[in-house]
Amino acid sequence: MRDVSIIGVGQTEVAEHWDRSLRDLAVEAIASARKDAGIDRVDALFVGNMLSGELAGQENVATLVADAAGLVPIEALKIEAACASGGAALRAAYLAVASGAHDYVLAVGVEKMTDFLTDGVTTALALAADADYEAAHGLSFAALNAILMRRYMHEHRARHEDFAPFSVNAHRNAALNPLAMYRQPITVEDFMRSPIVADPINILDSAGIGDGAAALLVCPATEARRARRPPVRISGSACATDTLALAGRADPLVWQAVADSARLACAQAKVKPQDIDLFELHDAFTIVSVLSLEACGFADRGSALKLAAEGRIGLEGDIPICTFGGLKGRGHPVGASGAYQLVETALQLRGEAGPAQVKGAAIGMAQSVGGSGSVAITHILQV
Amino acid sequence: MELPRYHRLRGPYYRLEGNACPGCSRRFFPPRPVCSSCRTPGLEPFAFSGRAALYSWSRVLQPPRGFASMAPYTAGMVRLEEGPLVSAQLADVDGVDLAIDMPLEMVTRKIRDAEEHGYIVYGYKFRPLLRPARPPR
Repeated sequence: MRDVSIIGVGQTEVAEHWDRSLRDLAVEAIASARKDAGIDRVDALFVGNMLSGELAGQENVATLVADAAGLVPIEALKIEAACASGGAALRAAYLAVASGAHDYVLAVGVEKMTDFLTDGVTTALALAADADYEAAHGLSFAALNAILMRRYMHEHRARHEDFAPFSVNAHRNAALNPLAMYRQPITVEDFMRSPIVADPINILDSAGIGDGAAALLVCPATEARRARRPPVRISGSACATDTLALAGRADPLVWQAVADSARLACAQAKVKPQDIDLFELHDAFTIVSVLSLEACGFADRGSALKLAAEGRIGLEGDIPICTFGGLKGRGHPVGASGAYQLVETALQLRGEAGPAQVKGAAIGMAQSVGGSGSVAITHILQV
Repeated sequence: MELPRYHRLRGPYYRLEGNACPGCSRRFFPPRPVCSSCRTPGLEPFAFSGRAALYSWSRVLQPPRGFASMAPYTAGMVRLEEGPLVSAQLADVDGVDLAIDMPLEMVTRKIRDAEEHGYIVYGYKFRPLLRPARPPR
């Protein structure tokens, strides 16, 4: 296997892009990543996307993007792993280059969501759950996470306001990111006053959906110095699965796929959680941040809320998370979010994060989770 | 939900039919093709009693399509007496103070709004266990 580096990154603003389609967004992110690298060659394209069939009436979406971006006749495939699709697209690109099958490969995550009203999007997102045994019974994604959150609060005697620091941190960091969708800082009082979606989960526990695309160009590490910007090495890449339905697990509060993918990626990179300078985690709901921090070994079981309360997840903390706002603050174009996390981690390691810069960042972890912890993809990036 | 799919699900949906592993005797709902513990294929049918305890729940205020007329409704996860967890709606809980571990029983109810083609999908829900007013003689 060859070492692989990220040599170019690009991202669109996350917003309600009324005048722009899925293809417009993907093409902008791709053009921006190629310009960033200063290299024209592309041998293959992997498109991370979850819902183009449901929300745009369009499958065969990798061909659509390759065509629109002027990349025909290269290999182009859609990669789908629910909300982890963006991370999965980079994993596919990584494997293609590491194996020697291709040299210059683009991974783009793209999602166009705001053409639909809330009930349509809620229905579409539930496609990541078990269709026969979760979605068909009216369990929305928010409901599944709310069930987890109530159980967590019961087992660990937590209060709803204990989850507020995650949203406050995400919005504080998003305010520093000109591409983020929710740039207004919030207070604990705002959090507690926020309307309920599926109790105990409220609007500010939840990452809002949006439209957006983010892209990364990768190549063999030995050729990465040709690029315009400093290369960022992919030192760990791993994917793990758990049962599709939350109820299929012995203990739903243990996110084993998240734990396994983090452990495998860290082992490949030869790093421990305490070596990691920042962690772009999948904060689709505040409870997901909590369970991810615990599964990945940044906090003992039942203690992630304490980590947040002590301010250790902030930009100056010992484990900064959601440094550009996370899914909550940047916005969550679901199949694109994993690609945004990787672009943001790369920018941190290049020292190009502007006011959101984590000082001295050298090792970053980005993790995308699909379904209710049913698939997790973790990457370790290093300079 | 389309008719053939609904037809395939009649055992689990109406009778809470799962299966059991002949290798390690673990029981599954819904039925699985292969035992997730010992990987034995060829599991045997097993009908659950329908008695359960409440694991956790949520009052859903933003319903997906097909559930608007029921909203707000309560979705929960329950632990069957025989072991497995099941996700389902809770029935007859208006005005009931729910508590984790409270006893529940399966009932058959309409699980979503009627679809365009008009047929109604029935399936399991769980309701607080009905207790006799005084112990039976």
